[in-house]
Amino acid sequence: MSQIERQANSPVRSPIVNDFCLTFATINGSGSATANSILLRSLFRMGIPVSGKNIFPSNIQGLPTWYTIRLSRKGYLARVDHDDIVVAMNPATIGDEMKFITTGGVLFYADDLPLPELRPDITAYPMPVKKIIKDNEVPPNLRTYIANMVYVGVVSQMLGIPLNVVHDAVHHQFKGKQKAIESNYSIIEAAAGWAKENLVKVDPYCVEAMGDNHDYIMVDGNEACALGSIFGGAQFVAWYPITPASSLVETMNEYLPRLRKDPETGKDTCVVVQAEDELAAIGQAIGAGWAGLRAMTSTSGPGLSLMTEYLGLAYYAEVPVVVFDVQRVGPSTGLPTRTAQGDVTQVNFTSHGDTQYVMLFPSSVNECFEHSWKAFDLAEKLQTPVVVMTDLDLGMNQWMTKRFVYPDQPIDRGKVLWEGDIEKLEERIQSTWGRYLDVDGDGIPYRTIMGNQHPRSAYFTRGTGHDEYARYSEEPEVWERVLNRIAKKFETARSLVPEPVLIEKPGAKIGVIAYGSTEPAVIEAMDLLEAEGIPAAFLRLRAVPFTKEVESFVSRYDRIYVVEINRDGQMRQLLLMEYPQYATRLIKAAHIDGLPLTADWIVRTIKAGEEK
Amino acid sequence: MSDQLTQQGNAVGLTKADYRGHASTLCQGCGHNSIASQIIAACYEMNVVPEKVAKFSGIGCSSKSPTYFLNRSFGFNGVHGRMPSVALGALFADTSVKGIGVSGDGDTASIGMGQFKHLVRRNLPMVYIVENNGVYGLTKGQFSATAEKGLILKRQGTNPYLPIDIAMEALVSNATFVARSFAGDPKQVKELIKAALAHNGIAVLDIISPCVTFHNQDDSMHSYTWGKQNEKQLHDISFIPARDEITVEDFEEGTAREVELHDGSTIILKKLDKDYDPTNRWEAMHMLEEAHKNNWLMTGLIFVDPEAPSMFDAYNLPDTPLNRLPVEKLRPPREVLDQVNDALH
Repeated sequence: MSQIERQANSPVRSPIVNDFCLTFATINGSGSATANSILLRSLFRMGIPVSGKNIFPSNIQGLPTWYTIRLSRKGYLARVDHDDIVVAMNPATIGDEMKFITTGGVLFYADDLPLPELRPDITAYPMPVKKIIKDNEVPPNLRTYIANMVYVGVVSQMLGIPLNVVHDAVHHQFKGKQKAIESNYSIIEAAAGWAKENLVKVDPYCVEAMGDNHDYIMVDGNEACALGSIFGGAQFVAWYPITPASSLVETMNEYLPRLRKDPETGKDTCVVVQAEDELAAIGQAIGAGWAGLRAMTSTSGPGLSLMTEYLGLAYYAEVPVVVFDVQRVGPSTGLPTRTAQGDVTQVNFTSHGDTQYVMLFPSSVNECFEHSWKAFDLAEKLQTPVVVMTDLDLGMNQWMTKRFVYPDQPIDRGKVLWEGDIEKLEERIQSTWGRYLDVDGDGIPYRTIMGNQHPRSAYFTRGTGHDEYARYSEEPEVWERVLNRIAKKFETARSLVPEPVLIEKPGAKIGVIAYGSTEPAVIEAMDLLEAEGIPAAFLRLRAVPFTKEVESFVSRYDRIYVVEINRDGQMRQLLLMEYPQYATRLIKAAHIDGLPLTADWIVRTIKAGEEK
Repeated sequence: MSDQLTQQGNAVGLTKADYRGHASTLCQGCGHNSIASQIIAACYEMNVVPEKVAKFSGIGCSSKSPTYFLNRSFGFNGVHGRMPSVALGALFADTSVKGIGVSGDGDTASIGMGQFKHLVRRNLPMVYIVENNGVYGLTKGQFSATAEKGLILKRQGTNPYLPIDIAMEALVSNATFVARSFAGDPKQVKELIKAALAHNGIAVLDIISPCVTFHNQDDSMHSYTWGKQNEKQLHDISFIPARDEITVEDFEEGTAREVELHDGSTIILKKLDKDYDPTNRWEAMHMLEEAHKNNWLMTGLIFVDPEAPSMFDAYNLPDTPLNRLPVEKLRPPREVLDQVNDALH
């Protein structure tokens, strides 16, 4: 064990507590996600601010995959692009991983891997994975999966994660299934015991409990959107599988039997249909939305491309529907398992002709929940498609986030007329009801719903030209009048959508606009910039159409960096169109490589801009 | 039904005028207009309440026709080939509403083939009428996917491809009700629509409906002349609603088959020159193959399985229509979210 002897001779440095980054390099399909989740939840339950990011291939088994956990005492949850500690389980990539370890960092490696020459400036700990598995008599069919529990045990021991915390995390992971808990935990315990007896700690990295994070939960954005939809009263879900959106509806399928079965009748109050493709998924959702159900679909860029024609009809025929776009890297098939904010302009301009869409941009998993239930109210109030824009990073990674907050407003079904309502409305407005007649001056007409038995309730819904009474029309003035009236709804929408979140900094001369999953990186970057004497104000957009606060912000700062994960600066393009008078102030800070942004990149980009 | 009844109104107190639509804007003599009239007649005679019907269509001449019948019914004119998806979503909102979809051969057999077959495979209860004329009318006379090989059309030349048989496509997708008819045979069209309305599942009616403007050459498969010369009825069909007794005139021992539908109504199929069993899918496909070989337009009820579970049977739907559930039923209580939060810690 010359390796261990070498460690023992290394000088001891002052400890680095709860402030480092560790990466697990494994092979996909080997069950490593389970092991990584157990460690992530253990650290979370110790009250340590922590984030986990999965960088994985579009593949089921056999290709390299990386999982990075960042611990940050100060609560910074963004990705960083260096590793303090690497756990190497994949022979194919160990050479590369070693290059990314910071000086003074640590390598844990399975001792049967072909080890390249070790860097002298790092500490390396071997892990006898095969031996521990063999000694503990793991059945051959489970060996690959359970092998990952060895690093859970060794890393826990070496960082100082109490085993009782790990046990609770294992319990959570396997949802109380005793057999799975025992078989996995016994290996963790054995591996921790081996490390205790055989490894001498010479590196400075360790963890300490900071509380219990009792106000927080650990969950991914797709699950949050699923729950938000369930609490938003979704009644009809049509979907087609696509990475990274699939787990959104799959999670709904798990929760619905418990959460949305009517306790009085035992009947389901939400229907889920797996469609034959996205063309059908959106058609079904729009049919249901038209017929008075709270309807939704969830997809990603390629699916959204297929949905464009029907969404255009829903815009013009004024059908409420909620679409979740869990964005991934495009164009084309692109990088299906990597993150992006590349669908912003696509959604904004969806379909031919003049269209508009309400887009919501949650930044946290907690906000995914909130924006999801709000999306249904907005869609029905405005009688139009609402697109909730998340991304792979937000949707598929587990985040620590504030506990979900119960909706603070009752469900609002918008302007719907049932049997007795038509005469009442007509008495109020002193004229005949028309499906597309704006009687309130907000651009939003009253709608009736299929099944209404009033003999004058029915109307024919169509994507062709129609007048205020839903009659076919090719009259030039009717076309323009109706289309302009629809535009008015989007002026009304400005006062209904979530307002932006503003963080002012004293002495700030510049501003930053960002949205969605980049928030943690931007917050961290702002602190770093301030420390370097460049305070910046931060406006976090939460919706399109823009509210008046956005214009006010843009008017206040001479230089505003629009930070986003795409090539062309898509949100900046929308801002330029909305505020052409401020065009020269809006500076593109866009980057797309498939990975979540780092604070470091934002700082470098803004500094470079400011030095010009 | 007699003209007398038309004057007085039907069993739900409605006159035929209550089933009318707007005046047709299709060409004079278009088969689609005749089908729209038979939809009106069938609904009237079946005592269907118009508010309990929803009309669906896609794009094309056929898809314009839902405005020519049942003005008091809700309707949704979707995008090209994607009427099935919109109908599926809508009909889940209130399963007491009967869907009537009208499509064409372009809308169904080309762009809409996927949605058509998936709707069929799911057995969504609705009537799906294909007004099949072998040609794109609204874009002025291009070949459709049901046009026969070798057909010559002005400006298009000769059709190089074999046609798709919509009835066959429905059969192989496990349709539970497949019929073929001819717009020039209004009595049969009406009886088939009635039976289709009573069927608890997808009812596909492929109706040859000649396009008098772009495709009505006497020797082509979708013309009035060819249809009249080549139509062979599988049987003489009559539909007997559940509440009516079957009389001796309707049914003589050994001369007819009867098929009882899910709602208790009966289809009487009087034998013609050959006995035909419409409950045998294999025989149905064999019959279609024979018809192709012999250049016959075989019409009638090709296949029916009255007891197959419908799409709604696969779901645990409430008795109250989903679209009338009060909002309290749609949002779980606060304690449930507390439990969810606790479990995610």
